[in-house]
Amino acid sequence: MSLLTVKSLGISFGGLRAVDDLSFSIEKNELYGLIGPNGAGKTTVFNMLTGVYKPTQGTFLLNGRNLTGMSTTAISHAGIARTFQNIRLFHEMSVLDNVKVGLHESISYSTLTGILRLPAFFAKEKAMNEKAMELLSVFGLEKDAETLANNLPYGAQRKLEIARAMATNPVLLLLDEPAAGMNPNETEELMKTIRFVRDHFDMTILLIEHDMRLVSGICERITVLNFGQELLSGNTKEVLQNDQVVKAYLGE
Amino acid sequence: MKKLREKMSLPIRKMVHTILGILVVFIVIQILSVTGVLSSSLENLMPELCFYAIIAVGLNLCVGFLGELSIGHAAFMSIGAFTSAAFTNAAADAIPSVGLRFFIGLILGTVMAGLFGFLIGIPVLRLKGDYLAIVTLAFGEIIKGILNVLFIGKDKDGIHIALINSNQESLDPETGKMIVDGAKGIIGTPHATTFTNGVILLILTLVVVTFLVNSRTGRAIQAIRDNRIAAESVGINVTKYKLIGFSISAAIAGVAGVMYAHYVSSLTASKFDFNMSILILVFVVLGGLGSFRGSIIAAVILTLLPEVLRGLSSYRMLIYAVLLIAMMLFNWAPGAIDFRSRLKERFKRRKEERP
Ligand SMILES: Nc1ncnc2c1ncn2[C@@H]1O[C@H](COP(=O)(O)OP(=O)(O)OP(=O)(O)O)[C@@H](O)[C@H]1O
Ligand SMILES: [Mg+2]
Repeated sequence: MSLLTVKSLGISFGGLRAVDDLSFSIEKNELYGLIGPNGAGKTTVFNMLTGVYKPTQGTFLLNGRNLTGMSTTAISHAGIARTFQNIRLFHEMSVLDNVKVGLHESISYSTLTGILRLPAFFAKEKAMNEKAMELLSVFGLEKDAETLANNLPYGAQRKLEIARAMATNPVLLLLDEPAAGMNPNETEELMKTIRFVRDHFDMTILLIEHDMRLVSGICERITVLNFGQELLSGNTKEVLQNDQVVKAYLGE
Repeated sequence: MKKLREKMSLPIRKMVHTILGILVVFIVIQILSVTGVLSSSLENLMPELCFYAIIAVGLNLCVGFLGELSIGHAAFMSIGAFTSAAFTNAAADAIPSVGLRFFIGLILGTVMAGLFGFLIGIPVLRLKGDYLAIVTLAFGEIIKGILNVLFIGKDKDGIHIALINSNQESLDPETGKMIVDGAKGIIGTPHATTFTNGVILLILTLVVVTFLVNSRTGRAIQAIRDNRIAAESVGINVTKYKLIGFSISAAIAGVAGVMYAHYVSSLTASKFDFNMSILILVFVVLGGLGSFRGSIIAAVILTLLPEVLRGLSSYRMLIYAVLLIAMMLFNWAPGAIDFRSRLKERFKRRKEERP
């Protein structure tokens, strides 16, 4: 059984068919790419997989469990975590607190425990701090723990989003253009980090990216989307050499 | 001692400093009033400072941390006030101790206000968008309207409740006693509110909100404020945490209402109008969203000001307005924020230079 199975997924906005009849599946521990020109519908796929949009067609299953139509919160509990193309951090909170919000479900105590500062509060907060710092150090952000998320440089904000997503202890991680706005050096470093996350946390990753060096560098398989429809899927190298794909990108 | 200070996080340290500040002011005021330096009208104002500071802190939780605008917070105050005052009057015979009645009334008023916050929150806080402002505004007017025509009487047969003034006749003439008398409200509530219990309740409120905000629940509340979709994407139940935050904010308004009811000679619903809700909002905005200390300072200054300026009565509103603008600029103008952070930096550096 595949970790993620997407079966003829589709959605319409009014008359616009943003995604149409899309099917693919991702195996456990795989690094899978979703690429395509601007407006192809990539982010819309992520939004459906995380319950932000309700698909008007098709289903998707995580480890055989149908998650179609569930709320964003419930899908997060089921094990899908994501980052956003237009960064969505908790900007008025510290870097550390951003990750601790990600730990909300996995390390938990009641509101009353927090207000009364019962012993469980101190024990759980300590565990949260340790876990959060551990995640931050994976992304080289441990020095910025007390910084306001808003004051981080752009590249660091993208990394913080991944750290926060990882804090939810997911089985599937969705990254929406993680290298956007990064210079070649930063991108190089990010590729290493993504590989590390996959190996170290035994993670399965689906990522959207325009930077072809990153895609061909780390993705084993990809799906190319064009005007909401699947153009081609398969081994990254082969797909990227395909004439149709080249044409779609050059915008003939 | 030094170790303890290092162990405390910044927000907790800030809270401790604020509490120490409150205690210093409290002691100074006590000394001034014992030595007779403080005018009696100013002395009478002290409990008022406490309950306005309390409700401002509570509203800041709602506006500053939850990110939801409530422009009917006076209504929750009135619910706390009427619930507790009705209780302390009705139970006058059963429980002779005023202190005990005040204490039970405090719990009842707080819980009732919180409950109303919860009930209003259920339909409204599920919606995406700023619907809370308009609903709380309407709620304030409705509660005021209902309290204005609420009659509760008590006689040997028990409690009588009516929404028209009919039960005055039905009350037993010998043992009957009106507790809530429509637009005339409640009179004869014991004056149990003091500066001392006001300061205690203010400190308690400050501790509760600070501990709440710096806990798992508080982080969830702030995450929802900063980015709702991202909060959902990490598995936070948005409606649940909005309800928790709003209910606690309403309950704190109830505390202020209980104090108010046991401070004034006659409690009427008309006092809890739109103007009062806006006044409380002004405390919060001027004191700075997200700063409990600021809320307390703004509430104290703006409550004291009309009294202090009494002698200059013809210029009172002018000075009031100028001060409002000055506080606004100090708190929010980019230049002022810059200036303040530079000042802070300089202080910090000086501290570090010291061996
Ligand atoms: N909420 C919405 N309402 C209406 N149309 C939408 C909505 N969301 C997306 N679309 C449309 O769906 C199409 C696909 O958008 P999407 O954001 O998924 O593209 P994308 O592949 O992520 O592009 P990019 O590479 O620029 O990020 C676009 O035409 C977009 O305008
Ligand atoms: Mg996109």
